[in-house]
Amino acid sequence: MDALLFMIFAAIAVICGINLVVQTHPISSALSLVGVMGALAALYLLLGGEFIAAAQLVVYAGAIMVLFVFVIMLLNAGTEHKGRRTWATYAGVPLLMVFLGLIAIGITHHLPASENVMFGQFTKGSPLEFGRALFTVYLLPFEVTSVLILIAILGAVVLAKKEID
Amino acid sequence: MSTFLVVSIIKAAVVAFVLLTALAYLQWLERKVLAHIQLRVGPRRVGPHGLLQPLADVIKLITKEDMMPSHVNKVFWFMAPFIAVLFALIPIAVIPFGTELSVPAINFGPIHTPAITTAMQLTDLNIGVLFILGISGLGVYGVALAGWSSNNKYSLLGGLRSSAQMISYELPMALAIAAPLLALNTLSFRGIVDGQGGFFFGFLPKWTIFQVFPFNIISFILFIIAAFAETNRVPFDLPEAENELVAGFHTEYGSMKFAAFFMAEYCNMVTVSCVATLLFLGGWHPPFPAEYGSSLLPSLVMAGAGVLCFLHAASPARPLDRLTLPVVGISFFGLAGIFLIPAVSLPLMPIIWFSAKALFILFVYIWVRGTLPRFRYDQLMRFAWTFMFPVAVTNLFLTGLVVALS
Repeated sequence: MDALLFMIFAAIAVICGINLVVQTHPISSALSLVGVMGALAALYLLLGGEFIAAAQLVVYAGAIMVLFVFVIMLLNAGTEHKGRRTWATYAGVPLLMVFLGLIAIGITHHLPASENVMFGQFTKGSPLEFGRALFTVYLLPFEVTSVLILIAILGAVVLAKKEID
Repeated sequence: MSTFLVVSIIKAAVVAFVLLTALAYLQWLERKVLAHIQLRVGPRRVGPHGLLQPLADVIKLITKEDMMPSHVNKVFWFMAPFIAVLFALIPIAVIPFGTELSVPAINFGPIHTPAITTAMQLTDLNIGVLFILGISGLGVYGVALAGWSSNNKYSLLGGLRSSAQMISYELPMALAIAAPLLALNTLSFRGIVDGQGGFFFGFLPKWTIFQVFPFNIISFILFIIAAFAETNRVPFDLPEAENELVAGFHTEYGSMKFAAFFMAEYCNMVTVSCVATLLFLGGWHPPFPAEYGSSLLPSLVMAGAGVLCFLHAASPARPLDRLTLPVVGISFFGLAGIFLIPAVSLPLMPIIWFSAKALFILFVYIWVRGTLPRFRYDQLMRFAWTFMFPVAVTNLFLTGLVVALS
């Protein structure tokens, strides 16, 4: 049952991911990204990360992607213009395959063998455990990340101000 | 396993049936209450006091021609009402309506069933509150897509307003929910309600709203205001402001697709009322102890309704009332008698208190619609970011301080 659900949601995530790149209209791409986020949330839930799954839905699918869609609608962005096909159009897919193959070889040969992850094995995904880990063991990375986001916000404000002046 | 499956399917069917019927009658209730606020009588042609009006409306909407305008983006235009309804219906799955229901084993002829004890809830998630926040946050895609794909400037403005409004008000709403959770220390709705049983000084219920005085009252008010905005209701119904935007995001929709948006709106109202009841008003716990007769209240209300029927029958407004009202009155007295039997009233009391509180909040929704004018859009945004947000953050900090010190 778990394996079947994993297959279904993994397939949805991959198909939505491919659709995101293939679609020419920004709104279709943005909604495919929402599909990827939703499927990822389901996958987190299958692996026992309850809080992460909920956060994925609330923050990414429910807030950030709504902003994306909002901006696309506000600017009324039209469909992407297809340029002239160059050699890169045709060489892209084979080159990507070669690149992925090289990464796969690198991982299998140079990294230590990993253990298999079983469904239901990880049980520390509840909000309680998650919060405890976040505010004790990983406190410094957590706070540094929030400062990073603050800097990004300030940067956006400064850039927008320059435009207005 | 198979028992679990059968019980779950039965529960899902019952909840779906009750919810959809309640949605239909909520619309009747809204029309009636609005009418009485504005000194009208409201629907009264179909059935007694217009009680069959929802049925007539549904038949009308189904049989209407389903038009597709030629200038819309077909895929998204078709998808939008489905998205809106889907994400409006899902949250009901985690809402508990009462404690537990026990059905004794049945051995009657060929029918043999085991004794079953099941929670009055479809499923109890330990991230229930987050689940509702996440799913209801996705509902905005329905409105936004409907507005954009209609390819009409009024619809587009409606969709844009809706998405901006939802993002802005989701923040104070999440902060207002977080404050009572600090004291309750759980995210499962069942755990939240269990944490509110009992009474202070023997009479004041230990509902969240009376805990951590006075901060949780502020949280409750903030939550209700944000909930009005999240469900696009008056005074925050800017996405469908009819005097500026024709009908906003659903201008181009007709027949059942229009009804789908309507249904999603009412379903969101029901969800929000249930969440407010569970988080702040003690769920199914009675407002005063059983020693003072809280379990007799349904009987008293029913008997009062019966007496009222007989009083009206004594001076009938229509000739037919002389016959019908005594019958209705006698059935009310019968119901009052049935609720005096402990075997009936004990399992039903939690559901009665829960629905009474949720219905009260729904009534407030309609009441506000009948009394308040609509905000201007810049006022709406300024209110969210310069008033609601700072107050919610301060409230959260102060609640945390009180909880940490006590």
